[in-house]
Amino acid sequence: MSATAPALKIREPSYINAAYTAKSWLLTTDHKRIGLLYMVAITFFFFVGGLAATVVRLELLTPQGDLVLPETYNKLFTVHGVIMVFFFLIPSIPTTLGNFLVPIMIGARDMAFPRLNLASWYIFMVGALFAIVALIGGGVDTGWTFYTPYSTGFSNTQVIPMAIGILIAGFSSIFTGLNIIITVHKMRAPGMTWFRLPLFIWSMYATSLIMVLATPVLAMTLVLIAVERTFHVGIFDPALGGDPLLFQHLFWFYSHPAVYIMILPGMAVVSELITCFSRKPIFGYKFIAFSSIAIAVFGFLVWGHHMFVSGQSIYSSLIFSSISFAVAIPSAIKVFNWTATLYKGSISWDTPMLYALGFIGLFTIGGLTGLFLATLPVDVHVTDTYFVVAHFHYIMVGSAVLAYLGGIHFWWPKISGRMYPEWWGKVSAITIFLGFNLTFFPQFIAGYQGMPRRYYAYAPEYQVMNVLSTAGASILAIGYVLPLIYLIWSMREGEVASDNPWGATGLEWQTESPPPTFNFAETPIVTAEPYQYNPDGTFTPQTTLSVRQIKKEVAA
Amino acid sequence: MLGLPIMPDSASTLSGSVDTLFLVLVLLALLFAVPVAGLIIYFAVKYRRGAAVNRSNAPIENFKLEVTWMVIPLILSMGVFGWGARLYFDMFTTPKDGMDIYVLGRQWMWEFKYPTGQRELNVLHVPVGRNVRLTLISEDVIHSFYVPAFRIKHDVLPGRYTTAWFQATKPGTYHLFCAEYCGTEHSGMLGSVIVLEQKDYQAWLDQNRMNTGGVIAENTSPGTQTAVTAPTQTMAQAGAQTFQHLGCYVCHRPDGKGAGPSLVGVYGKPVQLANQQVVLADTNYIRDSIIDPNAQIVADYPPIMPTYAEQISEDDLLKLVEYIKSLGSGTEAPPEMINPTGGMPQPGGSSGNQGSGAQDSGAQGSTNGDSGGSDSSGNGNSGTQGSGGQ
Repeated sequence: MSATAPALKIREPSYINAAYTAKSWLLTTDHKRIGLLYMVAITFFFFVGGLAATVVRLELLTPQGDLVLPETYNKLFTVHGVIMVFFFLIPSIPTTLGNFLVPIMIGARDMAFPRLNLASWYIFMVGALFAIVALIGGGVDTGWTFYTPYSTGFSNTQVIPMAIGILIAGFSSIFTGLNIIITVHKMRAPGMTWFRLPLFIWSMYATSLIMVLATPVLAMTLVLIAVERTFHVGIFDPALGGDPLLFQHLFWFYSHPAVYIMILPGMAVVSELITCFSRKPIFGYKFIAFSSIAIAVFGFLVWGHHMFVSGQSIYSSLIFSSISFAVAIPSAIKVFNWTATLYKGSISWDTPMLYALGFIGLFTIGGLTGLFLATLPVDVHVTDTYFVVAHFHYIMVGSAVLAYLGGIHFWWPKISGRMYPEWWGKVSAITIFLGFNLTFFPQFIAGYQGMPRRYYAYAPEYQVMNVLSTAGASILAIGYVLPLIYLIWSMREGEVASDNPWGATGLEWQTESPPPTFNFAETPIVTAEPYQYNPDGTFTPQTTLSVRQIKKEVAA
Repeated sequence: MLGLPIMPDSASTLSGSVDTLFLVLVLLALLFAVPVAGLIIYFAVKYRRGAAVNRSNAPIENFKLEVTWMVIPLILSMGVFGWGARLYFDMFTTPKDGMDIYVLGRQWMWEFKYPTGQRELNVLHVPVGRNVRLTLISEDVIHSFYVPAFRIKHDVLPGRYTTAWFQATKPGTYHLFCAEYCGTEHSGMLGSVIVLEQKDYQAWLDQNRMNTGGVIAENTSPGTQTAVTAPTQTMAQAGAQTFQHLGCYVCHRPDGKGAGPSLVGVYGKPVQLANQQVVLADTNYIRDSIIDPNAQIVADYPPIMPTYAEQISEDDLLKLVEYIKSLGSGTEAPPEMINPTGGMPQPGGSSGNQGSGAQDSGAQGSTNGDSGGSDSSGNGNSGTQGSGGQ
């Protein structure tokens, strides 16, 4: 602890109390404030998507359709998917924690393009507005996958406003990705070499690569949908001379890498939490770092595993299957290295660590069931059943949301300047973990028994699993609402946080809580490897020097 | 999961193999998940903060360990991949022998057509122990033919035939689900597969063959199971009529001297195209040649055929496919031509002899001309085709 640098602490207004006007928030170019703007927006969408899921789960309590009409049910699961994927999960960690932390972690004053950063929030909100208009205008019933020709020729719902909304939000994703890539390349503080970067940065960098390279394909696909729907140009609909499988190829070329947009940032957060709360340097730093890049690269080569029963060539299926097995290896590397990090550590069970350990558990289940789906004949049986639903919720909700919440708790003192209530934090972490497993594990069984997804009414033999699932969802909902309440409460009432309450090594902990507008009073010089933790609680922070100190010494 | 009553019915030749592979995957998953979870809990407890344990010389990297936990999962996963690939090939390679059934998917019902002419809505009767080869097509959006008890699923696409097959091993009634979201009543697009013992199946066929009462009214509300529609003619016979109605026979003369190529014996054979390509004349080739004739022009013939996309239903297309199949094939055994009306000669055999195929086809053409005469008397050309063949 003694190694911190008091020289860096110059009392000046933090980014929060620098100004109070609405204008100072809405026209800010401060990456930290933009991160909070995103946080407000995506929290809203998380609960909108969650509300839709709640009605879906209630409908599925009984085999017959009795709560809502089938049209309504179809719109509800579509809204749930579209909102959660495009307006919560994809922006979640990159735009909130990523925005807040990337510049501070590398010792920069802001993102490389602060105004582009603000613009991407506005672009996101315009996209969100279209989505809301589509919802108010009657909703969409195509599923979040927009499969053709249903979406282009048959659905009588607000497909085009929703597609435009997603298209616009996609540009926000591209701009955020560009900003992060360029910031990491050009804005690192002196001494912050590539292998001194926190693993959070490595993962965010890999995520940004995917955002920049994959999202344009989604944009193109959505434009083609709008063109076919409006002008009846045959692209995907065979009745017009198109090919419906072309749509699936284009859609999954984006949407499979998009899964890694959702999970890589989760891995980014967990890599930080595990090492800090084990008081041990992370095990196999370079393997974890490069596995992120490997996931980003291989992630582009596996989209066809969504199409094993679609009628694509069986030889294509073989290739996609084999690469899908290969992409599991870098994920396994991370899990093994996190586990090894715990060995001979000094492990505390604070809330962020509970979330991180929960993440490893759920990610392991989600990842391994992914291998079931990569296995061709097993996929033939379970694709488009609840097995798939359970699998991707373990990854995208279980893992990604657990990591997001773990990260929010870990960096909450830095973001808000206050501590969250530890007891409530633990209660919510455990509630979410138990509720999640009760919700989604039965769905693996219902899926293998053959219950297809997107079914409004189902055969009675699946009811037991659905009742368990709905019961779990009620517990899960409580788990998600708790942090919303106590985190808001803690912004006023929480214990005032010190600059480095966890005794962490990253640059973000060597400045104030909350940080000043430009993060550091003086440009820090990075003098140490990341994660120099010792089991006795001591640690070596990544910086003990600033540029000004050096200049003073040289002058003297 | 072994032994627990949570496994679904297993009623096809492949379902047992899929379950075995699945259970092996469960075991492998446990092989990884249990040690990882166990170690996490063990470490988290043993090395909890404040516990007096030896924490000295904690390793932070180990190259050999990293390579080990990369290579072992890679080898295991490639083994599973290979096993899976083999079984997938079995699933997707249509067997040479067996009975054909045509499946039409539409919002929100299933229609099954037997070459012998029977037609069923939402219920499919099949015999136990016999390969059933399905040719699937959708009239609107993408559906998916899913029978959990058989562990088979295949998307049903508009505009293109796909194929699937199964061999049921256990008599019973099994769920048929639509597994690809297809609109409002997606979850009502249900059906049953009724697997009968061979003799029961034969009895069922006979019963529905004797019933010549014509078409039973269609009940189109979703999920409703209606009785079988008994045939008055085989699909190939119906296709021959369509062939007449649409005037196809004018150009596609059996002797090849018309404006278009002869279709006798073309099914299953390679076709030389004008652009030097050689394509296989399969069901999709026949369908495409009717819907978009100028996409694949047969060598030495002018590109003059108009599209029939506006004039022909998927139902009629299937009948034409079955008719053209019945004109003889070089590679495959002919479809079973169980003739309910009794007058129809067997089409050209698998000998591949073009001449005899033409002979048979000519005879068939005239037979069909006779049987369909009351309907198609307007064109009155059936005799021409028949004599052309001879």
